[in-house]
Amino acid sequence: MNILSLFVLVPLLMLLGLWLSKSINQIRGVMVAGSTALLGLAVALVFMYLGERASGNTAEMLFMADYVWYAPLNIHYTIGVDGISVAMLLLSAIIVFTGTFASWRLQPLTKEYFLWFCLLSLGVFGFFICIDLFTMFMFYEVALIPMYLLIGVWGSGRKEYSAMKLTLMLMGASALLLAGILGIYFGSGATTMNILEIAALHNIPFEQQCIWFPLTFIGFGVLGALFPFHTWSPDGHASAPTAVSMLHAGVLMKLGGYGCFRVAMYLMPEAAQELSWIFIILTTISVVYGAFSACVQKDLKYINAYSSVSHCGLVLFAILMMNSTASTGAILQMLSHGLMTALFFALIGMIYGRTHTRDIRELNGLMRIMPFLAVGYVIAGLANLGLPGLSGFIAEMTIFNGAFMNDDVFHRTVTIIACTSIVITAVYILRVVGKILYGTCTNEHHLKLTDATWDERLAVIFLVVAVAGLGLAPFWISDMIHESVLPIVSHLALN
Amino acid sequence: MRPELSLIAVILLLFFFDLFAKGKARDYFQPLACVLMAVHVLVNVVPSREAFSLFGSMYQYVPMMSIVKTVMAIGTLVVILQASNWLVGDDTRHKQGEFYVLLLSTLLGMNFMISAGNFLMFFIALELASVPMACLVAFDKYKHHSAEAGAKYILSALFSSGLMLYGISMLYGTTGTLYFDDMAARLSGTPLQVMALVFFFSGLGFKISLVPFHLWTADAYQGAPTTVTGYLSVVSKGAAAFTLMVILMKVFAPMVAEWQTVLFWLIIASITIGNLFAIRQQNMKRFLAFSSISQAGYVMLGVIGGNAMGMTSLVFYLLVYLAANLAAFGIVNVIERNSGKLDMDDYNGLYRTNPKLAFLMTLALFSLAGIPPFAGFFSKFFIFMAAFSEGFHLLVVIALLNTIISLYYYLRVVKAMYINPSDAPIATFRSDGYTRLSLVLCMAGVLLLGIASSVYDGIHLFSFGL
Repeated sequence: MNILSLFVLVPLLMLLGLWLSKSINQIRGVMVAGSTALLGLAVALVFMYLGERASGNTAEMLFMADYVWYAPLNIHYTIGVDGISVAMLLLSAIIVFTGTFASWRLQPLTKEYFLWFCLLSLGVFGFFICIDLFTMFMFYEVALIPMYLLIGVWGSGRKEYSAMKLTLMLMGASALLLAGILGIYFGSGATTMNILEIAALHNIPFEQQCIWFPLTFIGFGVLGALFPFHTWSPDGHASAPTAVSMLHAGVLMKLGGYGCFRVAMYLMPEAAQELSWIFIILTTISVVYGAFSACVQKDLKYINAYSSVSHCGLVLFAILMMNSTASTGAILQMLSHGLMTALFFALIGMIYGRTHTRDIRELNGLMRIMPFLAVGYVIAGLANLGLPGLSGFIAEMTIFNGAFMNDDVFHRTVTIIACTSIVITAVYILRVVGKILYGTCTNEHHLKLTDATWDERLAVIFLVVAVAGLGLAPFWISDMIHESVLPIVSHLALN
Repeated sequence: MRPELSLIAVILLLFFFDLFAKGKARDYFQPLACVLMAVHVLVNVVPSREAFSLFGSMYQYVPMMSIVKTVMAIGTLVVILQASNWLVGDDTRHKQGEFYVLLLSTLLGMNFMISAGNFLMFFIALELASVPMACLVAFDKYKHHSAEAGAKYILSALFSSGLMLYGISMLYGTTGTLYFDDMAARLSGTPLQVMALVFFFSGLGFKISLVPFHLWTADAYQGAPTTVTGYLSVVSKGAAAFTLMVILMKVFAPMVAEWQTVLFWLIIASITIGNLFAIRQQNMKRFLAFSSISQAGYVMLGVIGGNAMGMTSLVFYLLVYLAANLAAFGIVNVIERNSGKLDMDDYNGLYRTNPKLAFLMTLALFSLAGIPPFAGFFSKFFIFMAAFSEGFHLLVVIALLNTIISLYYYLRVVKAMYINPSDAPIATFRSDGYTRLSLVLCMAGVLLLGIASSVYDGIHLFSFGL
């Protein structure tokens, strides 16, 4: 069996195990075993991938396997990975692993919660390993629908509204996406839905590309919080339970950026060139508007959700710059944002679990009460505002560098505008950190609160190490990403 | 002729059992009916590969027809399983025999309708499928709703049949024949023939409950006994949809541009109006009625392309829809029997008291909404693909956007079961064995039909000959 199929098989086994388990300890056992196995697999895959590349294998995708699924419709189960997908798989595995610990004490209906959680991760992993349009789309939708119940049942606040809004907006986007996929398939006249083969054929007529490219790009872009379709994101994040916010901001939103790059731009390069200015403007608005919105929020989760809109906007912004530096930066930003947002949401969940409020006006001086969580929060904040040595700096530096390489006025202007988001990010991060962590605690109830438990510490430390690791030693992963970005970018540059 | 003959045998056996069985033997009525129907399904599951025609091509056969007949028979089997807990009630116990004979007569009518090669034959078969159906709808005759629904059904059925007969007579007048094969050669698309086509649509449009022929649907669905509603929404609708495709592709082939235009607007109207009305429904049966109107619109997407891919995906869609919709009706039925509750608000908190039923209902609704990995996703994708391949891009996009509306109202039920709090949730109960068996069958369909591609491939093998 192909190693990649294990990424789908393990969540399936976890589903089975959860279904059979009777007690909370069995459930935890299944989750820990499964998510550790996934993490191990992802790490092993990174080394195997690097080994293959080192031994001179230059194929675009490695570890490919192809099984015919629906022969009459040319639908295959085709899997394969390049550096981008390997990085995304590693990210997903880390988030699933830490998410398990972040929801260690979740009540009630623990079993059902983890069942949907596993289904969600199944969809995410399946999406990143597939290179067949149909199968990819199927896994994409598998990842979306569990969100409804995860938020609706286990969420907080206006959970029913948020869950419905999120589900309908994302499913609406996937309806556009489906039309786009059918357009690509029939437009290319291919006898396969394999992305590589459609890209190699490269014969979708330009007029058709101009219809299907916006549909596909918006379809994926909604999940990547593209302005003005980002409104599901703040509400959804704010209402979701901790681990779901982590998984959602950390991984699910990356599906959007990944899909825009791998499907929309790779397969329809001419339309991407032609129409990119529209989306560049939209993403610039995302970047700046998200950052400004975060400044005026009072709920910790809303702050972070708008910050996600800003950072995910930067991902889409970067891939639209269509050069290898910016695209590498986009993938790095996905990784970096995934890790640090997961860390942020985990910490917010832990703080909320103790104080029962996320309103920054009611929180003071937490540094003395829960020093471990507070230090974690500072680190996450610094990564978010792009402090050198942490992951955010590497990603944003690469993106803006790449974006500035386009030497026309339009690209340079939007780059400068987008750059201002760095400053605004610093404003809202430092404001929150100063407000809730320092000063003296005025609420007597908060004085009695305890610091993190072992499972929470595990999740936080793991994520902090990952954020710092990516920031201090980005070269091995950025090299891996860079050489995988090249085929797609060169495809774009041909025209 | 094999499906028809074995079905007639089943009807006769049940009829004589009803006549002669006395006392304790009547307790075996239900198992006997199920076993006979299962045998009927098994006998016909492998279609014969040769196309042929009988009785001077009054009766025509291509392998695909046999597959559809088998699908309908499976649906009927599930309906009979689900009917058990209703039929053993005091009101209906003594007329079990009538239920089976009427039900299977309509199925026989549908079988002949599918295989008809002449408009007269087609019309007789259609009436055989419609008239006993009205009796079934009014089966709980002491209940006001049921009797009223029966009356509404038969009146609208007769009206639409009348319109259709008028259309057929115009066709006969302009071509001088009622045989499908001859007529196809003589149609030229004159205005009178276009008129005839429109009238003809009304007859089958009624059975499929396409907008604007759908007005009877909600009332009849609500009033009819729940198992009969399930039958109406799946088997009756499915057979009519396939027949419509056969006749449009075979007889009206020279007027393809005309009927594609008609169908285009009918699809948009059915999907949109069905969806919009479903949002407001509180009664579960009315809710599923409007959802089935919009589903009918999706089924028609397989017809409009008029290609082999469309035919395969239509039959596959019917099969998947059958599994999901009958599962939903089975659950509505068993809840109605055990608690008498039918409103969506009554389902609040169902997951706390009856987690298994609520979970199965969720899967069924997800499949209806077209969410992977359940079969509904695959059938929807394929039927969109079929319409898209023939260039109906706008239509597909409209249909796709409508899936969002449908997702909204399916999620309303899920929300009621999982999220809404309730002071008086439906009490925990154990459903009977027959219902369980039927739900297992349906769930096997919902879970496996999409993942295992062999069913689709099997249907694809026979998608020729029309």
